[in-house]
Amino acid sequence: MSSRLTQALEFHSQALLLRAERQKVLASNIANADTPGYVSRDFDFRSALSQATAALPAEPAGAATARPPGAVLPAATHPGHAGAAAGGPGARVDSTVLKYRVTEQPSLDGNSVDLDRERANFADNAVRYEAGLRFINGTVRTILSAIRGE
Amino acid sequence: MSLMNVFRISGSAVSAQSQRLNVVASNLANAEAVAGPDGQTYKARQVVFQSQPTPDGSAGVRVASVVEDSAPARKVFEPAHPMADTEGYVAQSNVNVVEEMVNMISASRSYQNNVEVMNTARSLLQKTLQMGL
Repeated sequence: MSSRLTQALEFHSQALLLRAERQKVLASNIANADTPGYVSRDFDFRSALSQATAALPAEPAGAATARPPGAVLPAATHPGHAGAAAGGPGARVDSTVLKYRVTEQPSLDGNSVDLDRERANFADNAVRYEAGLRFINGTVRTILSAIRGE
Repeated sequence: MSLMNVFRISGSAVSAQSQRLNVVASNLANAEAVAGPDGQTYKARQVVFQSQPTPDGSAGVRVASVVEDSAPARKVFEPAHPMADTEGYVAQSNVNVVEEMVNMISASRSYQNNVEVMNTARSLLQKTLQMGL
């Protein structure tokens, strides 16, 4: 029951984790704007999010009815454990997902950071992160008002 | 928490850029210098940036080395100078003042960019801490 209550939060928390991850990647692009030979990197947010949310438990209610009453769930202490999907391997971006950005104005020292574009992406990502936070806050407020019955 | 890593990444960049600014200041201060304590003319110094990759795919930046400019010393005709050679020329440092000014502006802009990044990350983290309130 409680998992159904917080099911809406799971998606937004995954999105928020990915936004924070992208913020970090963009920050390292801006940090290396003057480093010779550095190639600008980013990842496709849409595919990363769909990959992360695919790992979420699809139907927690069905699994609960299949379990005998009084059964104790084994503790999932590792992302590879069964039932450790939520928050585990989901929102993780490893270096294989990161792609190299194609630059429009290549520079002589091999650096492919377009600072204007990175700044724009950074601001855009920050706003979307805040939007994700608002979604979570709204959901929490809705759940709380349902609990209180106000 | 990847937003915490933003401070590490941007912090490394800010530190590297301030070191670059230090080198520029040293070059500009010695632009007219005739000889250092070792009797040699001052050579312009430049920092070499190198990205510092982390296992999670992001990268900070560090100053790999400070190299000396190999351009020849500037000769100024000053026969009355005590350090003038037999033809009346004085060897001054090989600092290009215009280049250094451009370097300074570039370093200061990069510094500001990274401070801006840290400010954004800070405000996002603050809002995250207030989540659900």
